[in-house]
Amino acid sequence: MNHTDPLMIGGHEFHSRFILGSGKYSMKLIESAIKDAGAEIITLAVRRANTKEQENILDFIPKGVTLLPNTSGARDAREAVRIARLARELGCGDFVKVEIMRDSKYLLPDNQQTIEATEILAKEGFVVMPYMYPDLNAARDLVNAGAATIMPLASPIGSNKGLATREFIQILIDEIDLPIIVDAGIGRPSQACEAMEMGAAAIMANTALATAGDLPMMASAFRQAIEAGRKAYLSGLGRVLARGASASDPLTGFLRN
Amino acid sequence: MENQFFVDSAFLSEEALSKKHRLETDPSCRRSHMEYMPGMEQLQSDICPTVMEHMHSYEYHKYTAKEVQAALEHETCSIEDFKALLSPAAQPFLEQMAQKARVETSKHFGNTVYLFTPLYIANYCENYCVYCGFNCYNHIKRMKLTMEQIEHEMKVIADSGMEEILILTGESRAQSDVEYIGEACKLARKYFRMVGLEIYPVNTDEYHYLHTCGVDYVTVFQETYDADKYETLHLMGHKRVWPYRFDSQERALRGGMRGVALSALLGLSDFRKDALATGLHAYYLQRKYPQAEISLSCPRLRPIINNDKINPLDVGETQLCQILCAYRIFLPFAGITVSSRESEQFRNGIVKIAATKVSAGVSTGIGDHESKYTGTESEEAQGDEQFEIDDSRSFHQMYQDMEGQGLQPVLNDYLYV
Repeated sequence: MNHTDPLMIGGHEFHSRFILGSGKYSMKLIESAIKDAGAEIITLAVRRANTKEQENILDFIPKGVTLLPNTSGARDAREAVRIARLARELGCGDFVKVEIMRDSKYLLPDNQQTIEATEILAKEGFVVMPYMYPDLNAARDLVNAGAATIMPLASPIGSNKGLATREFIQILIDEIDLPIIVDAGIGRPSQACEAMEMGAAAIMANTALATAGDLPMMASAFRQAIEAGRKAYLSGLGRVLARGASASDPLTGFLRN
Repeated sequence: MENQFFVDSAFLSEEALSKKHRLETDPSCRRSHMEYMPGMEQLQSDICPTVMEHMHSYEYHKYTAKEVQAALEHETCSIEDFKALLSPAAQPFLEQMAQKARVETSKHFGNTVYLFTPLYIANYCENYCVYCGFNCYNHIKRMKLTMEQIEHEMKVIADSGMEEILILTGESRAQSDVEYIGEACKLARKYFRMVGLEIYPVNTDEYHYLHTCGVDYVTVFQETYDADKYETLHLMGHKRVWPYRFDSQERALRGGMRGVALSALLGLSDFRKDALATGLHAYYLQRKYPQAEISLSCPRLRPIINNDKINPLDVGETQLCQILCAYRIFLPFAGITVSSRESEQFRNGIVKIAATKVSAGVSTGIGDHESKYTGTESEEAQGDEQFEIDDSRSFHQMYQDMEGQGLQPVLNDYLYV
């Protein structure tokens, strides 16, 4: 945990750059996953929290961890707004991850509806963290709509395919002033590390952990990879690593004055 | 070997018996199964002809180990791959199919399994479907629950901890009209987080009405996609109209439902063709309605009251497992429900491979939850079952068993918005 390099989201300070998903694995593992991941934020599907006492996920989340309710199940902006308001009523706080999908096969987000929902929710005082397809114009619209971060997908949810959208995420990192949190499709710690080296502000992962043989150990591996990637980014990548190799003799050495 | 479906009840009048025999033996006295009845909405949809074209041209014996291996190696399963995986040539590859299916299931559903229970509220039926315990010529105790009785049943089920319910009726508009079902759904919304329906197919506006009553999921089984075979099994009643049934899911989605479920009843006809048609029906529905949540079931024929010989013929557990693996590989995003028609051992195994939802605390009879759940004899009349179940585990037992399999049981993952 690095106290000199905080992650700021909507005026809140965090020291972990690993956002943990929940809901795809046993709740009894949540506490140890959080501990081994060193996570300070855990996502929570409001629709999964819409349950009675038997296995309510809210009961398994330790105090002091920031809940990030998501609007999964929303098919348009209107439904996302309703779910976000319900999350607030349930006592989940003001953070909300807007997820709007009109596709049940790939679960790809609908950027246009996401912008609409972000605008409404930001005006209502939510700290809005929109999940989006990495498109620069849409990301700019999300900034203008009041988003607190931008959460582009690396590849389709659950695919564990890593940074399929690498080039476009890099553009967002370069051009958008908000934290870029890479979400969805990160299947291995090495992929998380790579995204952090690129300058991503944080990583969100769920399936990669849920399907691991030893979930807490994988959480710990992700934590280390994310920290390593962050350090590499902060230290300034060497010229070979940054963006392609460069010649060791200066090309402009012939200049005489 | 064929099932012997025809059973004459001693309680039928001579007139009824003679009509029944005519229906069974003289196809010319049966109305056309392809003609819509008055009041049935007709959609202009290309899904049915597309699925039928694939099914009719499917020659599963032509596939060899080579096509099956290729299908297992492909990252995305094409329709041709799906056909190969359903073929007899794929049977020796069942373990590899299961391994691949398991990976796909965990990608999309993680480590979870959903639990639900069905609630039959009436077993009156106007159809003569020869394999079904509710068929109008079968001598069983008929019953339709009042709203008070429905609420009592729901309380008993909800007290057990269950949060998702599937409401079912026999197919009788006269006895269980849409309003009656709608009122039951409104009650269900009070006790359950998620309400599904499995009733006779209705028109789009009726699905919309039921949606406003709190329902978001509709299940309609096509029974068999082979229309000619269907004609010989559904001899009378509105269920006889095969194309109206086929388009049910589309009408439900147009009526505002969030999700639909579908299936063939395996054992009625050529199961490989029926499984192909089921998978493709789901595939084309998802393409046309990309936001829809699609799920599949895989019921096999079971014995019924007055005919304990009915069985799924050539669809053994191995074949069923092959079908489910093929469904999962072809449709990684689809929910797959395995009902209590299957054994405890089969269900414990299949949830680790392909299934995402199982029923528990099941009764397919009417008004008997209190006696089944608490062991106390009810003084109230009860209606007979639609079919015999195999896995009779209670909700709590199932919850524990699923946890014991290393899975996270999920009681609800849904919001009515």
